[in-house]
Amino acid sequence: MTLANLRPMAPELILIALGLVLLMLDLICRKKEMLAIVTLIGAILAFYFIKGSHGGLFDGMFIADLYSNFFKTVFIINLLLSTLISVKYLDTERALHGEYYALLVFATVGMMTMASAGNLIVLYLGLELMSLSIYVLCGFLRNNIKSTESAIKYFLLGAFSTAILLYAISLLYGSTGSTDFNKIANAVAVMGAGAALKPLLLFSVALFVTAVGFKIAAVPFHMWSPDVYEGAPTSVTAFMSVGPKAAGFAIIGKIFFVAIFGLHVEWVKLLIPISVATMITGNVLAISQTNIKRMLAYSSIAHAGYALLGILTADGDGLTAAMNYMLIYMFMNVGAFAVVIMLRTEDFAGDELKDYLGLAKTHPLAAFLMMIFMFSLTGIPPTAGFIGKFYIFTALIHSGQLKLAVAGVLISVISAFFYLRVVMYMYMKDPEVETPVSDSLYLKVALAISVVMVIVIGVFPGKFIEFAKASLILQ
Amino acid sequence: MPGTYVPTDYLPVLVFLIIALGFGLGALLFGFLLRPRRPYAEKLSPYESGMLPEGEPRQKFTVRYYIIAILFVVFDVEAVFMYPWAVAFNKIGLYAFVEMMLFILILAVGYIYAWRKDAFVWD
Amino acid sequence: MVPLNWYIWLSGVLFCVGMFGFITRRNLIIMLLSVEIMFNAVNISLVAFSHYMEDLTGQILVFMIIAVAAAEAAIGLALVIALFRNKETITVDEFNEMRG
Repeated sequence: MTLANLRPMAPELILIALGLVLLMLDLICRKKEMLAIVTLIGAILAFYFIKGSHGGLFDGMFIADLYSNFFKTVFIINLLLSTLISVKYLDTERALHGEYYALLVFATVGMMTMASAGNLIVLYLGLELMSLSIYVLCGFLRNNIKSTESAIKYFLLGAFSTAILLYAISLLYGSTGSTDFNKIANAVAVMGAGAALKPLLLFSVALFVTAVGFKIAAVPFHMWSPDVYEGAPTSVTAFMSVGPKAAGFAIIGKIFFVAIFGLHVEWVKLLIPISVATMITGNVLAISQTNIKRMLAYSSIAHAGYALLGILTADGDGLTAAMNYMLIYMFMNVGAFAVVIMLRTEDFAGDELKDYLGLAKTHPLAAFLMMIFMFSLTGIPPTAGFIGKFYIFTALIHSGQLKLAVAGVLISVISAFFYLRVVMYMYMKDPEVETPVSDSLYLKVALAISVVMVIVIGVFPGKFIEFAKASLILQ
Repeated sequence: MPGTYVPTDYLPVLVFLIIALGFGLGALLFGFLLRPRRPYAEKLSPYESGMLPEGEPRQKFTVRYYIIAILFVVFDVEAVFMYPWAVAFNKIGLYAFVEMMLFILILAVGYIYAWRKDAFVWD
Repeated sequence: MVPLNWYIWLSGVLFCVGMFGFITRRNLIIMLLSVEIMFNAVNISLVAFSHYMEDLTGQILVFMIIAVAAAEAAIGLALVIALFRNKETITVDEFNEMRG
């Protein structure tokens, strides 16, 4: 085997090298902004190598295909945007530690490995690489009680859910005799659908649903997410509200749609109440929030519920819609968090809802951007959020789940209440306090990318839907 | 539920367990019954190699021990991957050698990082 | 040979012990230990399956779990220390900086 044979995992290798270089650079380099620039360059290089990564490696343990490349695109854009919004923020929080960027990079490698896994072992390793890096990132402001507390909470529940996932893996391995997704799929098919199913196998399915539910913060496994999102540094919240969630859907595609697709009747039954409860809980609890990070946390729970609706169809259209939803969700959510970060300046926290009062008068541009993101999160055309929801509901209707589609639409009406309240605060009220905004160039670039993508996907969705559709050739 | 299997292979272990338990408890009981009992203050105080005991037995340890312990846990467990590699070295050859060197390189980067960040400074 | 069932039951019971400990105890260190028990329960069942199916994959996964669990424990302890420095307690019920 030569280096050229490793071409399918080139993006991961580049990012691992980047992470190691960042650690070493941190030791010799005083100016931490340099690290951000190196991260951006490395990430763009890895992004460039995604295209053209095809094929399996290590006996099919690692598979780079169009499906994984779609998710890798999402992860690397997420890394880029998160890096851009972090530069000024870390400076403001006085947390200029070099390992921040290295941890972001390693977490991204973990997610990419999850998307490329062809085997439960690789999936587990990717998951842990992602999770361990993010636990540390959550507690990054180590003198801040909220930050460390959120890290501990995330760590405990994350480790707990990992244990459950491992138990599911071991039962699946025990009942099918393999950890390779395709071999598991064959074994499940041989065992036959229905009557003769081993109880171990069904138990393992239930445990998989639980573990993945924790990772994507679906109700009733969502308890950690509001506290963690509120306490973590805002740039990390932006990163982790998208990355692990998208990675969770990537492994749903791998496990539920490949390995145990033969049991789809069973897991759909389990997922229906979960997704409905997730949408309702997320949206209803978001209404009473006064902290914008917490509100966005509940909103992110609700969005996981919408994306799960796509999974419920148990067909390609639904999975495409869910993947597409993750891509769109990334731009609008990171955008919204970028505005929150914009309001964080030296001695102004800027994460309370009342800080947005009359923002349109003091900072019209920031208010306008926030309005676009809020419209998109609500799902109002012509923004991307509308397209995301539209395709999810269409896929549901095509697969005959009309009731669920109607429920989804009705529930998303509730969400308009709290998203548009932010808009109302900004445009129809008078400012209470003078809100300063940050003027970081990096942050502006991130905002520009997000807002342009939200609008472009909203107006010309065709190309992006095609991108997601074309990616759906599993293995 | 567990079936009707009787683990006869493990019978010696059971016998050994019973003998060990019996011997241990028996010796203690034997001593307890035979020895004279004449307690006084010095005899009851904890034995500290002839020194006078001072301070609380439950002291707080300094947090530095703990950083060393953490680093030990992390770097120690990695050795688990080197045993299979070393055992199979003849069969897997150069490719695995390069791979293991890469693995060690990555560990070394972490080690250097910890070192340069003064994780091993002792004062 | 000891039947596979026995191992499965052992691992299942151990997993439940860990889970019960995690849910009922309120001391961070004990909760961490409970999670470790759960990991090791999984290890037992993996090794048992691996042995009975004469397939090494399960044992490879056990190696990975051991190594990653060590890293996980290190991070967990580091976070506990960081929290203790800020808050002087490791009882979960007193972590209530955030509400809503």
